[in-house]
Amino acid sequence: MQPNLALQNHRDDTVLTPTFVPGPNDTRWTPPALDAALQVRIHDLMVKARATEEMLIRMMRTGHGYFWIGGPGEEAYGTALGMLVHKGHGPAYDYLHLHYRSSAVVLAMGSEPIDLLRQMRSTVTDPYSKGRNFVNHFAIKPWNIVPVTPTIETQYLMAPGTALMQRRHGGFGCSIVTGGDAGSAEGDFYSAMNWSTRPGGELPVLMLIAQNNYGISTAASTVQNTPNLHQRADGFRIRNARVDGNDPIASWHALVDAMDYVRNERKPFVLQVNCSRLNGHSSSSGAARHDEPDCVQLYEKRLLDDGLATQTELKLVWDKWNALLSDALKTVVAEPMPDREHVLQHVWYRGPAGN
Amino acid sequence: MANLAQAIRMALHYGETHLGVTDVFGQDVGAPLGGVFTCSQGLKTAWNAPLDERGIIGTALGIAYAGGKPVAEIQFCDYIYNCIDLLKLCGNAHWSSAGEYHVPIVVMTPVGAGIHGSMYHSHSFESIASHIQGWTIVMPSNAKDAYGLMLSAIADPNPVLFMAPKGLMRAKGDELIPGEPADEKTLHQMIDAPVGDRSQWQPDWPALQDYRVPFSQARIVRPGNGLTVVSYGRQLVQCAAVALELAADGIDAEVLDLRTLYPWDEASVFASVRKTGKLLVVNEDTEVTNFGEHVMRRVTDACFYDLVAPPQLLAGLDVPGVGLAWGYEKHSVPQPEHIAQAMRTLAAARP
Ligand SMILES: Cc1ncc(C[n+]2csc(CCOP(=O)(O)OP(=O)(O)O)c2C)c(N)n1
Repeated sequence: MQPNLALQNHRDDTVLTPTFVPGPNDTRWTPPALDAALQVRIHDLMVKARATEEMLIRMMRTGHGYFWIGGPGEEAYGTALGMLVHKGHGPAYDYLHLHYRSSAVVLAMGSEPIDLLRQMRSTVTDPYSKGRNFVNHFAIKPWNIVPVTPTIETQYLMAPGTALMQRRHGGFGCSIVTGGDAGSAEGDFYSAMNWSTRPGGELPVLMLIAQNNYGISTAASTVQNTPNLHQRADGFRIRNARVDGNDPIASWHALVDAMDYVRNERKPFVLQVNCSRLNGHSSSSGAARHDEPDCVQLYEKRLLDDGLATQTELKLVWDKWNALLSDALKTVVAEPMPDREHVLQHVWYRGPAGN
Repeated sequence: MANLAQAIRMALHYGETHLGVTDVFGQDVGAPLGGVFTCSQGLKTAWNAPLDERGIIGTALGIAYAGGKPVAEIQFCDYIYNCIDLLKLCGNAHWSSAGEYHVPIVVMTPVGAGIHGSMYHSHSFESIASHIQGWTIVMPSNAKDAYGLMLSAIADPNPVLFMAPKGLMRAKGDELIPGEPADEKTLHQMIDAPVGDRSQWQPDWPALQDYRVPFSQARIVRPGNGLTVVSYGRQLVQCAAVALELAADGIDAEVLDLRTLYPWDEASVFASVRKTGKLLVVNEDTEVTNFGEHVMRRVTDACFYDLVAPPQLLAGLDVPGVGLAWGYEKHSVPQPEHIAQAMRTLAAARP
């Protein structure tokens, strides 16, 4: 018998997003109101994500990891999305088919940054893959976050499957799938739209396209004939919209509208979020900062302008997460790395049936 | 006796009524056709998918992630090639997620030649499939094994690839499936959809019983001492018939039906080779990087000092396809005469 190191998933199950939690007698999902406290909370979570990503990049630069890919620039819509997820296990709750720039989503849902650091360093304590996958490749079953795949766009093919189970189950759960603009050229995106619109079998799938204008080095404008990829959904008669994904408040409202439709009408929706790719594609292109709109800076200015926060308060938020991350790094660098005895673990599942 | 297609259908029915199968789906799998080989006629969970193989595998994976138990069909394995990355994802999800998720899906697909199927209804897939880790791969050679392997596949919480030899779909078994009516006409009336209008038709399922063929257990189809012949699927049937014929000439072949190709029953194969000293693997996949080469390598490693002749592989010719004219198939896919020749040569080999 191989020793089976019980991985601990460091997440806060109690952070219930401010969403409406449907009761048994509710016949419609009601969107939550976005009050001032929530707007401040959004900032906190955006900084949590940005500070974590900055730490991951630092780790890559200082030899605490081989490869970095992640989500700086996707914190605004990602945080709003993570906060609006109906979080839990099983078809009553949302399923998440995420791509590798979704750190803000899982951190807003209540994941602890230390687990991302573990995956970055590929320690044996990495709860998402035990040091097997690149950073930002999550798998969190208690929250219906299915394994993030390194293959672009295949997640779109799986979303109709989870949504089918949700359609049968009833309720307000939907399947949320995210991906990039370049990836939407794969047939898998079109497959997902087709499978979600079979006559009489429409599925509650919320498809997001993060439009950052690049696929690695290839400019979107040179390979697809429109920057408005959400309009591809017109051909399937799927409702669709585009939003400034660098603006968390606009993203929040766009997501609420889309979710209102998907959850209540049980039909698909395609939402394009235009956002920045602040540190380039990955560590393979150096991960240097690019001169593009920074959603965190823009939001901080807005909070100041609206009188919802002071400079000191904003700084405290950064200090809090940076301190937590430095402590986390100290912990993680002392943790064991996978070795021979781990290679054969989890090839076959031998537990009880059912996911 | 039930034929192989009826056996699969009955297994799927048992699966949806007793083993939690939630979805049997694929192209033309639901009503009215019930599968191009009739394997899914009359099933309550069967439905027609869009003509989209990647969508079929991806949806199956999603269903499994959400607690369902899908059996997805790729209409012919000839059309599974565009799904290889998805099959890989199914096979590696448990490992890559450090045990967080597992993938309880069955993918069934008809394989092989023997039906004048031309270039795109004649492929074999086992050699490529054996490179996709995390899957159990099975291929029955008779109806009862098809039933028992399908129930094992459904009950297993890992991905299982169930390959059904096309050329045997109409082959009747010689043993009753537990619960199968003894009279095949009765079975036909009970579970085969009528020709013509089927809109009102309902199957009348026999009281089927649980019967499993455990994975990784080969079956000795014919005991012998002169040489070991390892095969599976349609070629196994040919090997068994040839071995019977050659027995009259004093060639005493032991024929093993592998049944599970991965993880395969090394112990039974090694035991047989240690007894006979000679190995012939027969299949119809193309010969280069053929699954049989893997069997030969393991046998060579484990039984080197017991071997009295070089292990042999009889497989499909390494050409781009199986051509439609019989002359192409006859000369590129192993036929009984090729098997007989290979057995005779090996039987005659002396150190
Ligand atoms: C199927 C597949 N093809 C190619 C790659 C290599 N690859 C990784 S990311 C990427 C670009 C993706 O661009 P986009 O979808 O716009 O997302 P972004 O990285 O810009 O967020 C490519 C080509 C891959 N991982 N999977």
